[in-house]
Amino acid sequence: MNNSFLTIAMPKGRIFEEAAELLRKAGFRLPPEFDDSRKLILEVEEENLRFILAKPMDVVTYVEHGVADIGIAGKDVMLEEERDVYELLDLKISACYLAVAGLPGTKISDIAPKIASKYPNVASSYFREQGEQVEIIKLNGSIELAPLIGLAERIVDIVSTGQTLKENGLVEYAKIADVTSRLVANPVSYRIKEARITEIVDRLAEIIE
Amino acid sequence: MTKPFMFEKPLGMRDTLPVLYETKASVRNKMSDEIKKWGYQFIETPTLEYYETIGEASAILDQQLFKLLDSQGHTLVLRPDMTAPIARVAASKLLKQQIPLRLAYSANVYRAQQREGGRPAEFEQIGIECIGNKSICADAEMIALLADVLKASGLQEFKISIGHIGFLQEFFLSILGTEKRASVLRKFLYEKNYVGFREHVKSLPLSSIDKQRLIEFISLRGSEGTLTKALDLVENNKGQDSLGELKELSAQLKEFGVAQYVSFDLTLVSHMSYYTGTLFEVYADQVGSPIGNGGRYDNLLEKFGWNASATGFAIRVDRLAEALGEPMQPVAPECILFTPERRMEALDFAKSKRSEGKRVTIQDITVVQNVDAFTRTFSEVHLFVGNGGNGKDE
Repeated sequence: MNNSFLTIAMPKGRIFEEAAELLRKAGFRLPPEFDDSRKLILEVEEENLRFILAKPMDVVTYVEHGVADIGIAGKDVMLEEERDVYELLDLKISACYLAVAGLPGTKISDIAPKIASKYPNVASSYFREQGEQVEIIKLNGSIELAPLIGLAERIVDIVSTGQTLKENGLVEYAKIADVTSRLVANPVSYRIKEARITEIVDRLAEIIE
Repeated sequence: MTKPFMFEKPLGMRDTLPVLYETKASVRNKMSDEIKKWGYQFIETPTLEYYETIGEASAILDQQLFKLLDSQGHTLVLRPDMTAPIARVAASKLLKQQIPLRLAYSANVYRAQQREGGRPAEFEQIGIECIGNKSICADAEMIALLADVLKASGLQEFKISIGHIGFLQEFFLSILGTEKRASVLRKFLYEKNYVGFREHVKSLPLSSIDKQRLIEFISLRGSEGTLTKALDLVENNKGQDSLGELKELSAQLKEFGVAQYVSFDLTLVSHMSYYTGTLFEVYADQVGSPIGNGGRYDNLLEKFGWNASATGFAIRVDRLAEALGEPMQPVAPECILFTPERRMEALDFAKSKRSEGKRVTIQDITVVQNVDAFTRTFSEVHLFVGNGGNGKDE
């Protein structure tokens, strides 16, 4: 693989469309089949780019291990995974935030209240900072179900519009952190392919804000 | 924890099988030959050290140390790096006669892994320390020798990034005023979080000029011109001194003939908190983490009772082997198969082969169940089977 060839890890799903749109706005010629292809690897030869499509939670993992040079990852994932990657740019897309939610008008019990989350590390460090001793229950989706059915007293999850919480009769108790997508880079790629990565950062930085 | 399987090893511990063993041995030999050519002497230190001495002095996080108790109840650590043990040895009076002192090592170090368990908790480092040498020429020697050692190992392309922790510290302090505030910004750099760095700078009660200076600081990476750009950002004399050191270093690296491998990165912050001046990391394409790092540590020896400056580097042998790509195949030995009545003949034949420097395996054929499977990996097979006659090659 020559130096100028770059591999970018893209998150599938929710963030993908916004990320692809941003890249197009920055002047990258992405193929039209990009958006609805089921392929996991797409090469754009005229740009000397290769895209890999990964689960959002896994993007930083690919980048940390260096099989992708750069990637687009949500801050929520970065907080949860604490991977050794450069966080170069706030892309300001897919804005949402991490919050604590639960049934309205409830208090959490004093003895090891249960907290359900897709983000066990974020949840655990948040409650530790609050001086609360909690039991974290890791779930993989439909977190809102947990308080409704009595699995947990609180949940920690991302909130974008608050619609899902509302529809399930839940309310927000605290905001933990703002989340947007970030451009991340592998520490070695950032040195070895510095010129290319800096160029991409500059192109993207220009169209953000 | 459930009982481990009988073939299991503790988390992060690995077996080195023949192919990797040969690769590592070959790389290690090439590198240590080169290090010896520069007049460094190899030493060994114990695997176990006191927690209160080496454990405290080393810059490895406490939770990454393997700790155990000796029979007297002292807490011990498996050495997490070699720099602190070498500082301990150097500070003992034995080695104080010949200053500056040039020492080298090739040793395994131990760091407990927090996540996934896929990463090695024991790995080999080959490195050097140059003690009692304050000159910039010593810093240049480190980088030149690092480049030579890597070239000797067979690595064609690599890149060394050089920073200066003293400059970074003085620059932050001159703008922010307090160590507490400086350490917050340093932490962002250490975590490689440029987004957080910029947001934090924006939130600080500083003049817009100072904010701009801090934000421009992040882009102080690249060729020698970076140092000139950095000079525009500093105000106090101290920062200028550090930059002067780097300029001098840059000039000397040209004299050493290694300037083409080097670039500057003034944002470089290491997990090794004992560095005081120049520090550097080396990268190779295809390997996701630095293959080595080093720098100047002028305060570490003081902890062992001797005020002396020092500088050094360490290379991760496993990551270098990964960067080299091509694994070394072990040399296949020849095989002598014999039946008991012709053992003496076979042994004599083996002896003469070995005296020629050949690798020879001897095996009684009567206990081999599948001769074809057994002999497959040998370069040549000699048979001493049946009655009389000479050794027949197959």
